[in-house]
Parts: sequence; structure tokens; C-alpha cells
Amino acid sequence: MSILVYTESENGKLKKAAFEVASFAKGIADLMGTSVTAVSINAENVDELKTYGVEKVLKVSSDKLSKFNADAYAEVITQASKKEDSKVVVVSQSANAKYLAPLLSVNLEAGYASNVVALPNLEEGFVVERTAFTNKAFNMTSITTDVKLLGLSNNAFGLKENEVSLSEEDFSPELSDDNFKINVESVDKNKDKVSIADAEVVVSAGRGMKGPENWGMIEELADVLGAATACSKPVSDMGWRPHGEHVGQTGKPVATNLYIAVGISGAIQHLAGISASKNKVVINTDPEAPFFKAADYGIVGDAFEVVPQLIEKLKEFKANNS
Amino acid sequence: MKILVCISHVPDTTSKINFVENDTKFDTNGVQFVINPNDEFGLTRAMWFKEKQGATVDVVTVGGKDTEPTIRKALAIGADTAHRVDTEPLDGFQVAKELAKVAKDGNYDLIIAGRESIDYNGGMVPGMLAKLIGANFINTCVSLEIDGETATAIREIDGGKETLKSSLPLVIGGQKGLVEESDLKIPNMRGIMMARKKPLNVVEPLAAETQTEAKNFRKPAPKGEVTLVDADNLDKLIDLLHNEAKAI
Repeated sequence: MSILVYTESENGKLKKAAFEVASFAKGIADLMGTSVTAVSINAENVDELKTYGVEKVLKVSSDKLSKFNADAYAEVITQASKKEDSKVVVVSQSANAKYLAPLLSVNLEAGYASNVVALPNLEEGFVVERTAFTNKAFNMTSITTDVKLLGLSNNAFGLKENEVSLSEEDFSPELSDDNFKINVESVDKNKDKVSIADAEVVVSAGRGMKGPENWGMIEELADVLGAATACSKPVSDMGWRPHGEHVGQTGKPVATNLYIAVGISGAIQHLAGISASKNKVVINTDPEAPFFKAADYGIVGDAFEVVPQLIEKLKEFKANNS
Repeated sequence: MKILVCISHVPDTTSKINFVENDTKFDTNGVQFVINPNDEFGLTRAMWFKEKQGATVDVVTVGGKDTEPTIRKALAIGADTAHRVDTEPLDGFQVAKELAKVAKDGNYDLIIAGRESIDYNGGMVPGMLAKLIGANFINTCVSLEIDGETATAIREIDGGKETLKSSLPLVIGGQKGLVEESDLKIPNMRGIMMARKKPLNVVEPLAAETQTEAKNFRKPAPKGEVTLVDADNLDKLIDLLHNEAKAI
């Protein structure tokens, strides 16, 4: 009956999102008077999960699962959930988790709520708050099936320490060839750069940069802050930056601690995509740009003057505060 | 090759989002409805398969009669036949089940849906549909080629891309990248005239069960005033970000 949480890892190392979903699962377990079991695939050091309230880890080690495969991973979580007789299953909203969750939902006949932002309300059934209309609204969703599947929005709950004692158990789910019908031919991932989904800070730029040749200072600002880079829709449409960087309603949502927008006017679709970010800074020459209404901090100024100075100041700051 | 494109009827991205009936229903007053953008990229890609590889392209939506202008637009863009499952969409699972029936009956090789609708953002229909009909599934698909019985797709992952190979039948959750924004097709007069003569089948619903129920909505709290910092005083910005926002 424990709450099952899928704790993701990359190259054997648990991701930050794994600790957040564990914290969230512990919150649910406390409400329901039960404990948290995690399932991990090819992760080392799962012991770290005890800090966030995980009492048991089902450790899956398999070469066949060395590359992410949505159907096979969904099958692993399905079998773990059945073994634990879990009524609530929690995943993150990483690209991989969003990929496998609907498959898992069908396997478990579990109603699925995605983009969940808060602990469930158990007073009238099982009701969760989730974002809808690309962060322009929140919706209370009641899950009416026996088993419930929740996708927790990144950075919506945060890390909550809650140390317990943890036991590890090797778990060998049965997988068939049918689970591996899709072949991963190649993975092209920038290992030196933090992804938008995992970043604490995102530096984003728009048409105000005048051309792709001027992105050097954006990259440098991102480097100083350990940030991911992103861009507005026109910039990706014009091919100045890859589509993967496009933030907004038809691009990626960003729910980060700090979002810095340089030369982005702030179209409604862009602002929706970033509204879950906690702190927003805008740098723009036009004081009438709509972004100033959505931002926490604003600088009216020319990016070509402000950004290089900001980089120098931040370097100084980092040198004095590290 | 038989292709089915799943179309969701959604408010235009510039719509003001308001709710009525004690915040339980989306306020459609003055709202323009469109083909869900994530679906539209897939529809345009399907047109490419039709033109270059001789595919037939059907479109389907789950919704009331009010969704017909949206699905007619898909016909005007070039789809051959439209199906409308005549029931209100209530949750992702119910929609996936209704679509699964149409998908099975039509015996499609490729089913293209958007990765999520821009209204409810459930992001579950394509994957559920694939699982329900036993087809392969590739999500957040930004490139798709079909060669005979094999699909080669590129999927967006966090921080990069992945190239995948799959047999057919295949369901994809598509998005921008399948085609470029500038390649999106706008219906021309001839297309609109032809669309009037194309079949639009009204399909009896299964009355599939739901698993979730959308209750009330709320809008985010209004934003406080922006704190403006002088461009010559960046130390102030750093101080605010460090001490007030605790973001650096």
C-alpha cells in the first residue's frame, strides 16, 4: 500500500527531480498514513533517498535498460507498483516521465493527472491542483480510479528533508521483446550544458539581440550563472537558435528559480510559458514592453550595454561569494 | 500508407482565459477556436506524406457540432476524410478510448497527434491511444520519416535529441519541428471549396468511462509591481537577486 515513486537517474546518478518527487511522495504518504517506496533503474547511491523520506528502494539493474525506453520503463514501474500494491504512483514531468506516464496509466488502469503543483486534498475523494491553459490557470482535478498516477511539475514542491531509515531490495521485473519494439539509434545531448528542464537559472533572449551572431554574451551570462539558455519563439522560427530552446506556449514551459529575459518583449504565449518561474528579470530598451508587467525585476536599458556589465559584476559577486 | 491525424479544438493562443459557472467552465465568449498548434504541425507533416508518398490522410476529433469548423479547416488544408466522434471530451482517457475505436476501425499505419493540447495540457492522449491499440509510441516528436514499414523519428529530450527507429503502426506525439512554422498550410479558396464536398462522418461515441474529473479553475494571483533597477546600478540588481529573491 506504500506510495510508489519513480526516481530518475542519469548515468547512474539520481537527478534532482528524483529528490523532489520523493519529497512529494513522502508528503502524500504522511497524509495517507503510509510509507514511500522508490523504484530506480540503474542508479547508484540510492541511499541518498532516505534524506527525503524514502523507506524502501526497489533497485533495478539491467543492461537492457541502459538506454531509456518508455514502454520498458513503464513496464518496470507497473510491476513495481503491483508488487507494492501501491494506490498512488508519482513521477516527475521530465521529457522521459511525460513520455512513459500515459503508458503506465493504461497499464495500471490509473487515472493520470499531469502538471500537478500541490499535495492532494483527500477530503472529497482525491483532488489535485494542476496547471492548465499553459500556466494561465490552475485546475482542481479529481481522480476517480482506485490507483492514481501523478506527474509532479518540476520545482513545484521543492526538496523537503525528512530523514528515515532505508532498505534496498534488488528487483528484477520480467520484460519481453515486446517492450523493446522501439530502437534508440543515437542520443545527441550536450553534456557540458545544463538542460532547461534541470536548470535552476535560465537566461533567455529574443529579437532584441538583432542576430544569432550576438548570442556570445547570452552564453557567457548563462555560463557565469550555471544557467541554461533559452529563446523566444520568433528567434527559433528565424533559425537563430534551435527549436529546443523555444520557451512558451508551443515551446517549453520553464519553472525555474530565476528567469532572465534579454530583449524579449513578452508576448502572452511567452509569458504563459514562464509564469511558473519564481523570479523573473527583464532587460529591455522599451519601458512599455509587456514583459515589465510580468517581471519581478526590470532594467530599462540596451542589452548590448547592460549584459556585458552584468557579466562582469556577476563574476565579481561569484568570486566573493564562493 | 493510411494516416490518421487527431485534432483537438482549442482556444487560440492569444485568448483571454476566464471561467464561468462558479469557475467550473471555460468562458468561450469571444474566444476564437483553432486547430491545436501541436496537432497542426503534425497535420502539415501528414500533407507532406500525402504529396510525396501517396498517403491518404484522415482527421478525427472528439467533440460536439461546435468543433466542425475546426475539422473542416483540416479538410481545407488537404485531409481526405474527417471523423467527428459526437461527444463532449471529458478527460484524456475517455478521449483516447474514443480515438482508439476510430483508429482500430480505420486500420491506420500512422497516427499523428499533438504532444498535448494547449488548453488542458494533459499530455496523455497520444500515449494512451498507442497503448490501447497496441501500437508503438514516440512522444515529443520533432522529425519523422517513413520508409516502407519503418519510421525514423527524432524525439526532443531534456537537453538534446534522440533518434529512434520504429515499425508501424506507430502513434506519435508531435510538436513544432515536425515542420517549420513557416511551412504551416493556410487553406486557400480552392481548398475551402473542396472541403465542403469532402466527407465528414459523425461517429457514434462508445460512451467511454472517465478516470478524472476537472473541477473548478482559478487564475494565478495578480502579479505585484516590477522593481525597476537603473541600468547604471547593476550592483543593486545583484543585491536584490541575492538577498531578496535568494536566487543567486
